[in-house]
Amino acid sequence: MAITDELKALIGTTTEPVIMEVERGAIRRYADAIDDPNPLFRDVEHAQSSRYGEMICPPGFFGWPVKSGGVMELLASLAPALARAGCPRILDGGVDFEFYLPIRAGDILTSSGKIADIRAREGRTGTMIFTTLETTFINQNGDLVAKSRATIISL
Amino acid sequence: MQQASIITDEMKEQLGVEGTPTILEVEKGHIRMMAEALDDPNPLWQDEEYAKKTRYGGIIAPPALLCNARAGTGRGVQMKSPFLRALAGGDELEYYLPVRPGDVITSVSKITEYNEREGRRGKMLFTIIETTYKNQRGEVVATSRSASISY
Amino acid sequence: MKKQLYYEDVEVGSEVIPLAKIATTEMLVKWAGATGDFNPLHYEDAFAASQGVGSPIVHGALKRAWLGHLMTDWIGEQGVLNRLSCQYRGMDYPRKMKDMATPEEGETWWCKGTVTKKYVEDDQHIVECDIWVENGKGEKTTPGTATVILPSREAKS
Repeated sequence: MAITDELKALIGTTTEPVIMEVERGAIRRYADAIDDPNPLFRDVEHAQSSRYGEMICPPGFFGWPVKSGGVMELLASLAPALARAGCPRILDGGVDFEFYLPIRAGDILTSSGKIADIRAREGRTGTMIFTTLETTFINQNGDLVAKSRATIISL
Repeated sequence: MQQASIITDEMKEQLGVEGTPTILEVEKGHIRMMAEALDDPNPLWQDEEYAKKTRYGGIIAPPALLCNARAGTGRGVQMKSPFLRALAGGDELEYYLPVRPGDVITSVSKITEYNEREGRRGKMLFTIIETTYKNQRGEVVATSRSASISY
Repeated sequence: MKKQLYYEDVEVGSEVIPLAKIATTEMLVKWAGATGDFNPLHYEDAFAASQGVGSPIVHGALKRAWLGHLMTDWIGEQGVLNRLSCQYRGMDYPRKMKDMATPEEGETWWCKGTVTKKYVEDDQHIVECDIWVENGKGEKTTPGTATVILPSREAKS
Protein backbone atom coordinates (compact mmCIF):
# COMPACT_ATOMS: atom_id res chain seq x y z
CA MET A 1 0.00 0.00 0.00
CA ALA A 2 1.57 3.26 -1.04
CA ILE A 3 1.27 6.54 0.79
CA THR A 4 0.88 9.87 -0.99
CA ASP A 5 3.99 11.68 -2.23
CA GLU A 6 3.16 14.53 0.15
CA LEU A 7 3.33 12.15 3.12
CA LYS A 8 6.46 10.42 1.80
CA ALA A 9 8.18 13.81 1.67
CA LEU A 10 7.43 14.35 5.38
CA ILE A 11 9.39 11.29 6.53
CA GLY A 12 12.55 12.44 8.23
CA THR A 13 11.17 15.91 9.15
CA THR A 14 12.64 17.09 12.42
CA THR A 15 11.48 19.73 14.88
CA GLU A 16 13.35 22.72 16.18
CA PRO A 17 14.68 21.71 19.61
CA VAL A 18 12.26 22.62 22.36
CA ILE A 19 13.44 23.60 25.85
CA MET A 20 11.41 22.04 28.66
CA GLU A 21 11.70 23.32 32.23
CA VAL A 22 10.86 20.84 34.96
CA GLU A 23 9.22 22.53 37.94
CA ARG A 24 7.92 21.05 41.18
CA GLY A 25 4.43 22.51 40.82
CA ALA A 26 4.05 20.97 37.39
CA ILE A 27 5.13 17.57 38.72
CA ARG A 28 2.60 17.87 41.56
CA ARG A 29 -0.24 18.84 39.22
CA TYR A 30 0.56 15.96 36.88
CA ALA A 31 0.59 13.51 39.82
CA ASP A 32 -2.73 14.99 40.92
CA ALA A 33 -4.23 14.62 37.47
CA ILE A 34 -3.32 10.93 37.31
CA ASP A 35 -4.18 10.38 40.99
CA ASP A 36 -0.74 9.08 41.90
CA PRO A 37 0.01 9.64 45.61
CA ASN A 38 3.70 8.65 45.31
CA PRO A 39 5.50 11.17 47.60
CA LEU A 40 8.43 11.31 45.16
CA PHE A 41 6.08 13.28 42.93
CA ARG A 42 4.51 15.39 45.69
CA ASP A 43 6.61 15.87 48.81
CA VAL A 44 9.84 17.84 48.53
CA GLU A 45 11.20 16.76 51.91
CA HIS A 46 10.57 13.12 51.21
CA ALA A 47 12.08 13.37 47.73
CA GLN A 48 15.16 15.23 48.98
CA SER A 49 15.95 12.49 51.48
CA SER A 50 15.46 9.79 48.84
CA ARG A 51 18.10 8.38 46.49
CA TYR A 52 17.04 10.98 43.94
CA GLY A 53 17.80 14.01 46.09
CA GLU A 54 14.89 15.98 44.60
CA MET A 55 11.35 15.49 43.30
CA ILE A 56 11.31 13.49 40.08
CA CYS A 57 8.93 13.25 37.14
CA PRO A 58 6.37 10.50 36.87
CA PRO A 59 7.20 8.39 33.83
CA GLY A 60 6.06 10.12 30.67
CA PHE A 61 6.12 13.63 32.13
CA PHE A 62 8.89 15.87 30.87
CA GLY A 63 8.02 19.27 32.23
CA TRP A 64 6.68 22.18 30.22
CA PRO A 65 8.01 23.69 27.05
CA VAL A 66 9.26 27.26 27.44
CA LYS A 67 7.85 28.08 24.01
CA SER A 68 5.33 26.00 22.10
CA GLY A 69 6.62 24.06 19.16
CA GLY A 70 8.21 20.69 18.74
CA VAL A 71 5.91 17.73 18.31
CA MET A 72 2.73 19.81 18.36
CA GLU A 73 4.03 21.85 15.43
CA LEU A 74 4.95 18.66 13.62
CA LEU A 75 1.44 17.34 14.08
CA ALA A 76 0.02 20.62 12.79
CA SER A 77 1.81 20.14 9.46
CA LEU A 78 1.09 16.42 9.39
CA ALA A 79 -2.67 16.62 10.00
CA PRO A 80 -3.65 18.37 6.75
CA ALA A 81 -1.43 16.00 4.75
CA LEU A 82 -3.14 13.03 6.39
CA ALA A 83 -6.53 14.55 5.63
CA ARG A 84 -5.58 15.03 1.98
CA ALA A 85 -4.51 11.38 1.90
CA GLY A 86 -8.05 10.43 2.89
CA CYS A 87 -7.37 9.72 6.57
CA PRO A 88 -8.47 12.83 8.50
CA ARG A 89 -9.19 11.17 11.86
CA ILE A 90 -6.14 11.13 14.08
CA LEU A 91 -5.84 8.72 16.99
CA ASP A 92 -3.13 8.11 19.53
CA GLY A 93 -1.85 4.62 18.78
CA GLY A 94 0.37 4.38 21.83
CA VAL A 95 3.83 5.31 23.05
CA ASP A 96 7.01 3.39 23.80
CA PHE A 97 9.26 5.11 26.34
CA GLU A 98 12.85 4.36 27.25
CA PHE A 99 14.02 5.97 30.49
CA TYR A 100 17.75 6.22 31.04
CA LEU A 101 18.16 8.71 33.87
CA PRO A 102 15.81 10.27 36.43
CA ILE A 103 14.34 13.65 35.51
CA ARG A 104 14.39 15.98 38.48
CA ALA A 105 12.64 19.22 39.34
CA GLY A 106 15.04 21.95 38.25
CA ASP A 107 16.25 20.06 35.18
CA ILE A 108 16.14 21.71 31.81
CA LEU A 109 15.52 19.29 28.97
CA THR A 110 15.97 19.80 25.26
CA SER A 111 13.56 17.71 23.26
CA SER A 112 13.98 17.00 19.55
CA GLY A 113 11.38 15.16 17.50
CA LYS A 114 11.43 13.48 14.13
CA ILE A 115 8.90 11.79 11.88
CA ALA A 116 10.67 8.46 11.63
CA ASP A 117 8.22 6.63 9.40
CA ILE A 118 4.86 6.85 7.67
CA ARG A 119 3.26 3.79 6.20
CA ALA A 120 -0.17 2.64 5.08
CA ARG A 121 -1.96 -0.56 5.96
CA GLU A 122 -5.20 -2.12 4.92
CA GLY A 123 -7.58 -2.64 7.82
CA ARG A 124 -11.12 -4.01 8.06
CA THR A 125 -12.58 -0.54 7.66
CA GLY A 126 -10.23 0.62 4.92
CA THR A 127 -6.81 2.19 4.63
CA MET A 128 -5.04 3.26 7.80
CA ILE A 129 -1.88 5.34 7.97
CA PHE A 130 0.65 4.72 10.76
CA THR A 131 3.03 7.56 11.61
CA THR A 132 5.95 7.03 13.96
CA LEU A 133 7.31 10.01 15.90
CA GLU A 134 10.61 9.68 17.73
CA THR A 135 11.59 12.18 20.40
CA THR A 136 14.80 12.38 22.42
CA PHE A 137 15.19 14.26 25.71
CA ILE A 138 18.60 15.54 26.76
CA ASN A 139 19.19 17.30 30.09
CA GLN A 140 21.30 20.35 30.94
CA ASN A 141 24.38 18.14 31.42
CA GLY A 142 24.12 16.79 27.88
CA ASP A 143 22.91 13.41 29.14
CA LEU A 144 20.23 11.50 27.24
CA VAL A 145 17.49 10.98 29.82
CA ALA A 146 14.71 9.45 27.73
CA LYS A 147 13.43 8.54 24.30
CA SER A 148 9.90 8.13 23.12
CA ARG A 149 8.49 6.41 20.08
CA ALA A 150 4.88 7.36 19.46
CA THR A 151 2.50 5.83 16.96
CA ILE A 152 -0.22 7.92 15.41
CA ILE A 153 -3.01 6.08 13.62
CA SER A 154 -5.04 7.93 11.02
CA LEU A 155 -8.22 6.68 9.38
CA MET B 1 -44.49 37.13 59.72
CA GLN B 2 -40.68 36.99 59.40
CA GLN B 3 -39.12 33.75 58.21
CA ALA B 4 -36.39 32.28 60.40
CA SER B 5 -32.90 33.42 59.40
CA ILE B 6 -30.89 30.92 57.38
CA ILE B 7 -27.74 32.14 59.10
CA THR B 8 -27.16 29.65 61.90
CA ASP B 9 -25.15 30.17 65.08
CA GLU B 10 -22.64 27.68 63.75
CA MET B 11 -22.17 29.86 60.67
CA LYS B 12 -21.86 33.01 62.80
CA GLU B 13 -19.08 31.36 64.78
CA GLN B 14 -17.03 31.21 61.58
CA LEU B 15 -17.04 34.97 61.09
CA GLY B 16 -13.52 36.35 61.29
CA VAL B 17 -11.99 32.94 61.94
CA GLU B 18 -8.78 32.61 59.94
CA GLY B 19 -8.59 29.45 57.88
CA THR B 20 -5.59 27.20 57.46
CA PRO B 21 -2.98 28.83 55.21
CA THR B 22 -2.36 27.74 51.63
CA ILE B 23 1.14 27.87 50.18
CA LEU B 24 1.71 28.60 46.51
CA GLU B 25 5.21 28.37 45.08
CA VAL B 26 5.22 30.72 42.11
CA GLU B 27 6.61 29.01 39.03
CA LYS B 28 7.29 30.18 35.50
CA GLY B 29 5.39 27.25 33.95
CA HIS B 30 2.27 28.04 35.92
CA ILE B 31 2.46 31.71 34.96
CA ARG B 32 2.80 30.67 31.32
CA MET B 33 -0.24 28.37 31.56
CA MET B 34 -2.28 31.21 32.99
CA ALA B 35 -1.14 33.58 30.23
CA GLU B 36 -2.06 30.96 27.62
CA ALA B 37 -5.47 30.38 29.20
CA LEU B 38 -6.09 34.12 28.99
CA ASP B 39 -4.60 34.48 25.53
CA ASP B 40 -2.46 37.28 26.95
CA PRO B 41 0.81 37.55 25.02
CA ASN B 42 2.31 40.24 27.29
CA PRO B 43 6.04 39.41 27.31
CA LEU B 44 6.27 40.38 31.00
CA TRP B 45 4.68 37.05 31.83
CA GLN B 46 6.68 34.82 29.51
CA ASP B 47 9.83 36.32 28.02
CA GLU B 48 12.70 36.41 30.52
CA GLU B 49 15.06 38.25 28.14
CA TYR B 50 12.48 40.95 27.60
CA ALA B 51 11.36 41.20 31.23
CA LYS B 52 14.96 41.57 32.46
CA LYS B 53 15.21 44.91 30.70
CA THR B 54 12.06 46.31 32.35
CA ARG B 55 11.66 47.94 35.74
CA TYR B 56 10.70 44.54 37.13
CA GLY B 57 14.03 42.95 36.26
CA GLY B 58 12.45 39.65 35.30
CA ILE B 59 9.24 37.75 34.66
CA ILE B 60 6.35 38.65 36.97
CA ALA B 61 2.97 37.05 37.48
CA PRO B 62 -0.12 38.57 35.83
CA PRO B 63 -2.79 39.85 38.24
CA ALA B 64 -4.82 36.74 37.46
CA LEU B 65 -2.43 34.46 39.36
CA LEU B 66 -3.98 35.36 42.70
CA CYS B 67 -7.58 34.96 43.83
CA ASN B 68 -8.37 31.42 42.76
CA ALA B 69 -8.28 27.93 44.22
CA ARG B 70 -4.58 27.28 43.60
CA ALA B 71 -3.74 30.60 45.22
CA GLY B 72 -5.68 29.53 48.28
CA THR B 73 -8.66 31.85 47.97
CA GLY B 74 -11.47 30.63 50.17
CA ARG B 75 -9.56 27.54 51.22
CA GLY B 76 -9.15 26.36 54.77
CA VAL B 77 -12.38 27.99 55.95
CA GLN B 78 -15.64 26.27 56.92
CA MET B 79 -18.13 27.38 54.30
CA LYS B 80 -21.63 26.36 55.31
CA SER B 81 -24.91 27.04 53.60
CA PRO B 82 -28.42 25.58 53.73
CA PHE B 83 -28.40 25.63 49.94
CA LEU B 84 -26.76 23.17 47.60
CA ARG B 85 -26.06 25.45 44.66
CA ALA B 86 -23.49 28.19 44.47
CA LEU B 87 -22.24 30.80 42.04
CA ALA B 88 -19.39 33.28 42.20
CA GLY B 89 -20.81 36.73 42.91
CA GLY B 90 -17.84 38.99 42.37
CA ASP B 91 -14.29 39.77 43.43
CA GLU B 92 -12.43 42.84 44.59
CA LEU B 93 -8.65 42.75 44.58
CA GLU B 94 -5.94 45.11 45.72
CA TYR B 95 -2.42 44.61 44.44
CA TYR B 96 0.50 45.97 46.40
CA LEU B 97 3.68 44.28 45.17
CA PRO B 98 4.79 42.34 42.10
CA VAL B 99 4.87 38.56 42.39
CA ARG B 100 7.83 36.72 40.81
CA PRO B 101 8.76 33.11 40.00
CA GLY B 102 10.45 31.73 43.06
CA ASP B 103 8.22 33.68 45.44
CA VAL B 104 6.33 31.62 47.99
CA ILE B 105 2.88 33.07 48.58
CA THR B 106 1.03 32.18 51.78
CA SER B 107 -2.66 33.00 51.70
CA VAL B 108 -5.05 33.07 54.60
CA SER B 109 -8.82 33.44 54.17
CA LYS B 110 -11.67 34.25 56.50
CA ILE B 111 -15.43 34.62 56.18
CA THR B 112 -16.29 38.20 57.08
CA GLU B 113 -19.96 38.62 56.27
CA TYR B 114 -23.21 36.86 55.54
CA ASN B 115 -26.18 38.47 53.83
CA GLU B 116 -29.49 36.83 53.07
CA ARG B 117 -31.58 38.21 50.26
CA GLU B 118 -34.70 37.41 48.32
CA GLY B 119 -33.99 36.84 44.69
CA ARG B 120 -35.93 35.68 41.64
CA ARG B 121 -35.06 32.12 42.57
CA GLY B 122 -36.08 32.55 46.22
CA LYS B 123 -33.87 33.04 49.24
CA MET B 124 -30.15 33.50 48.58
CA LEU B 125 -27.14 33.61 50.87
CA PHE B 126 -24.19 35.89 50.11
CA THR B 127 -20.99 34.88 51.86
CA ILE B 128 -18.05 37.28 51.76
CA ILE B 129 -14.53 35.87 52.07
CA GLU B 130 -11.46 38.02 52.55
CA THR B 131 -8.02 36.69 51.76
CA THR B 132 -4.56 38.12 52.44
CA TYR B 133 -1.62 36.99 50.27
CA LYS B 134 1.89 37.39 51.69
CA ASN B 135 5.24 36.56 50.14
CA GLN B 136 8.20 34.80 51.77
CA ARG B 137 9.36 38.09 53.29
CA GLY B 138 6.05 38.53 55.08
CA GLU B 139 5.06 41.42 52.79
CA VAL B 140 1.41 41.65 51.80
CA VAL B 141 1.42 41.36 48.02
CA ALA B 142 -2.36 41.49 47.60
CA THR B 143 -5.73 41.19 49.29
CA SER B 144 -9.02 39.97 47.88
CA ARG B 145 -12.66 40.16 48.85
CA SER B 146 -14.90 37.62 47.14
CA ALA B 147 -18.65 37.08 47.21
CA SER B 148 -20.13 33.61 46.89
CA ILE B 149 -23.87 33.33 46.25
CA SER B 150 -25.61 30.15 47.34
CA TYR B 151 -29.23 29.44 46.47
CA MET C 1 6.58 48.42 21.06
CA LYS C 2 3.36 49.96 22.29
CA LYS C 3 3.46 53.59 23.37
CA GLN C 4 3.47 54.06 27.12
CA LEU C 5 0.34 55.74 28.52
CA TYR C 6 0.89 58.76 30.76
CA TYR C 7 -1.33 60.46 33.34
CA GLU C 8 -1.48 63.51 31.07
CA ASP C 9 -2.85 61.44 28.19
CA VAL C 10 -6.16 60.67 29.89
CA GLU C 11 -9.13 62.73 31.02
CA VAL C 12 -12.35 61.85 32.79
CA GLY C 13 -14.37 60.18 30.07
CA SER C 14 -11.33 58.82 28.18
CA GLU C 15 -11.81 55.32 26.89
CA VAL C 16 -9.68 52.37 27.84
CA ILE C 17 -8.49 50.63 24.66
CA PRO C 18 -11.09 47.87 24.15
CA LEU C 19 -9.98 44.25 24.22
CA ALA C 20 -11.81 41.48 22.36
CA LYS C 21 -12.16 38.05 23.92
CA ILE C 22 -13.68 34.82 22.65
CA ALA C 23 -14.62 32.35 25.36
CA THR C 24 -14.46 28.80 24.11
CA THR C 25 -14.85 25.46 25.84
CA GLU C 26 -11.13 25.03 25.21
CA MET C 27 -10.30 28.28 27.02
CA LEU C 28 -12.42 27.16 29.97
CA VAL C 29 -10.51 23.89 30.12
CA LYS C 30 -7.19 25.77 30.15
CA TRP C 31 -8.49 28.10 32.84
CA ALA C 32 -9.65 25.23 35.02
CA GLY C 33 -6.18 23.67 34.75
CA ALA C 34 -4.38 26.91 35.48
CA THR C 35 -6.48 27.80 38.51
CA GLY C 36 -7.41 24.42 39.92
CA ASP C 37 -11.13 25.27 39.70
CA PHE C 38 -12.66 22.01 38.55
CA ASN C 39 -16.24 22.95 39.30
CA PRO C 40 -18.35 20.94 36.81
CA LEU C 41 -20.54 24.01 36.45
CA HIS C 42 -18.06 24.97 33.74
CA TYR C 43 -17.86 21.74 31.75
CA GLU C 44 -20.71 19.30 32.53
CA ASP C 45 -24.01 19.84 30.71
CA ALA C 46 -26.24 17.97 33.15
CA PHE C 47 -24.68 19.53 36.24
CA ALA C 48 -24.88 23.04 34.85
CA ALA C 49 -28.55 22.48 34.01
CA SER C 50 -29.22 21.23 37.54
CA GLN C 51 -27.71 24.45 38.90
CA GLY C 52 -30.26 26.49 36.99
CA VAL C 53 -27.83 28.11 34.57
CA GLY C 54 -28.84 26.09 31.52
CA SER C 55 -25.49 24.89 30.26
CA PRO C 56 -21.82 25.29 31.28
CA ILE C 57 -20.90 28.94 31.94
CA VAL C 58 -17.73 30.97 31.73
CA HIS C 59 -15.96 31.18 35.11
CA GLY C 60 -16.52 34.54 36.76
CA ALA C 61 -12.85 34.62 37.66
CA LEU C 62 -11.91 34.20 34.00
CA LYS C 63 -13.88 37.31 33.11
CA ARG C 64 -12.18 39.09 35.97
CA ALA C 65 -8.83 38.02 34.55
CA TRP C 66 -9.88 39.36 31.13
CA LEU C 67 -10.48 42.72 32.80
CA GLY C 68 -7.02 42.42 34.36
CA HIS C 69 -5.63 41.86 30.86
CA LEU C 70 -7.58 44.90 29.62
CA MET C 71 -5.92 47.06 32.26
CA THR C 72 -2.34 45.74 32.11
CA ASP C 73 -2.32 46.24 28.34
CA TRP C 74 -3.67 49.79 28.62
CA ILE C 75 -1.39 51.00 31.42
CA GLY C 76 1.82 49.64 29.87
CA GLU C 77 4.90 48.59 31.73
CA GLN C 78 5.32 51.85 33.62
CA GLY C 79 1.75 51.73 34.91
CA VAL C 80 0.73 49.82 38.05
CA LEU C 81 -2.61 48.12 38.63
CA ASN C 82 -3.60 48.85 42.19
CA ARG C 83 -7.19 47.69 42.47
CA LEU C 84 -9.56 45.54 40.45
CA SER C 85 -13.14 44.81 41.35
CA CYS C 86 -16.07 43.28 39.47
CA GLN C 87 -19.37 41.49 39.81
CA TYR C 88 -20.55 38.48 37.87
CA ARG C 89 -24.05 39.62 37.05
CA GLY C 90 -24.83 37.93 33.77
CA MET C 91 -24.04 34.40 32.64
CA ASP C 92 -21.76 34.00 29.65
CA TYR C 93 -21.68 30.86 27.56
CA PRO C 94 -18.56 29.69 25.70
CA ARG C 95 -18.44 28.88 22.01
CA LYS C 96 -17.84 25.21 21.34
CA MET C 97 -14.81 24.01 19.38
CA LYS C 98 -15.07 22.75 15.82
CA ASP C 99 -11.56 21.31 16.03
CA MET C 100 -8.46 21.89 18.09
CA ALA C 101 -7.79 25.28 16.61
CA THR C 102 -11.15 26.61 15.44
CA PRO C 103 -14.08 27.76 17.56
CA GLU C 104 -17.59 27.64 16.12
CA GLU C 105 -19.19 30.87 14.95
CA GLY C 106 -20.66 32.82 17.81
CA GLU C 107 -20.38 35.93 19.90
CA THR C 108 -17.30 37.97 20.65
CA TRP C 109 -17.02 39.59 24.04
CA TRP C 110 -15.53 43.03 24.53
CA CYS C 111 -13.70 44.30 27.60
CA LYS C 112 -14.06 48.05 27.86
CA GLY C 113 -13.61 50.92 30.28
CA THR C 114 -13.86 54.64 30.83
CA VAL C 115 -11.93 56.94 33.14
CA THR C 116 -14.08 58.25 36.00
CA LYS C 117 -11.52 60.09 38.13
CA LYS C 118 -7.94 61.26 38.04
CA TYR C 119 -5.98 62.82 40.91
CA VAL C 120 -2.57 63.08 42.49
CA GLU C 121 -2.14 61.75 46.01
CA ASP C 122 1.16 61.27 47.88
CA ASP C 123 3.05 61.99 44.64
CA GLN C 124 1.19 59.18 42.85
CA HIS C 125 -0.81 59.88 39.70
CA ILE C 126 -3.99 57.91 40.19
CA VAL C 127 -6.66 57.09 37.62
CA GLU C 128 -9.94 55.34 38.41
CA CYS C 129 -12.03 53.61 35.77
CA ASP C 130 -15.35 51.90 35.30
CA ILE C 131 -14.67 48.70 33.44
CA TRP C 132 -16.87 45.92 32.13
CA VAL C 133 -17.22 42.87 29.93
CA GLU C 134 -20.01 43.07 27.42
CA ASN C 135 -21.37 40.08 25.54
CA GLY C 136 -22.18 39.77 21.86
CA LYS C 137 -25.47 41.59 22.41
CA GLY C 138 -23.75 44.53 24.09
CA GLU C 139 -25.07 43.57 27.53
CA LYS C 140 -22.72 44.30 30.41
CA THR C 141 -22.47 40.91 32.07
CA THR C 142 -19.51 41.78 34.28
CA PRO C 143 -19.37 45.37 35.54
CA GLY C 144 -16.45 46.53 37.67
CA THR C 145 -13.94 49.19 38.58
CA ALA C 146 -10.17 49.52 38.50
CA THR C 147 -7.63 51.88 40.04
CA VAL C 148 -4.26 52.38 38.38
CA ILE C 149 -1.16 54.47 38.95
CA LEU C 150 0.23 55.98 35.78
CA PRO C 151 3.62 57.54 35.13
CA SER C 152 3.64 61.29 34.63
CA ARG C 153 5.63 63.20 32.06
CA GLU C 154 6.12 65.95 34.63
CA ALA C 155 7.65 63.73 37.28
CA LYS C 156 11.42 63.37 37.47
CA SER C 157 12.32 59.84 36.32
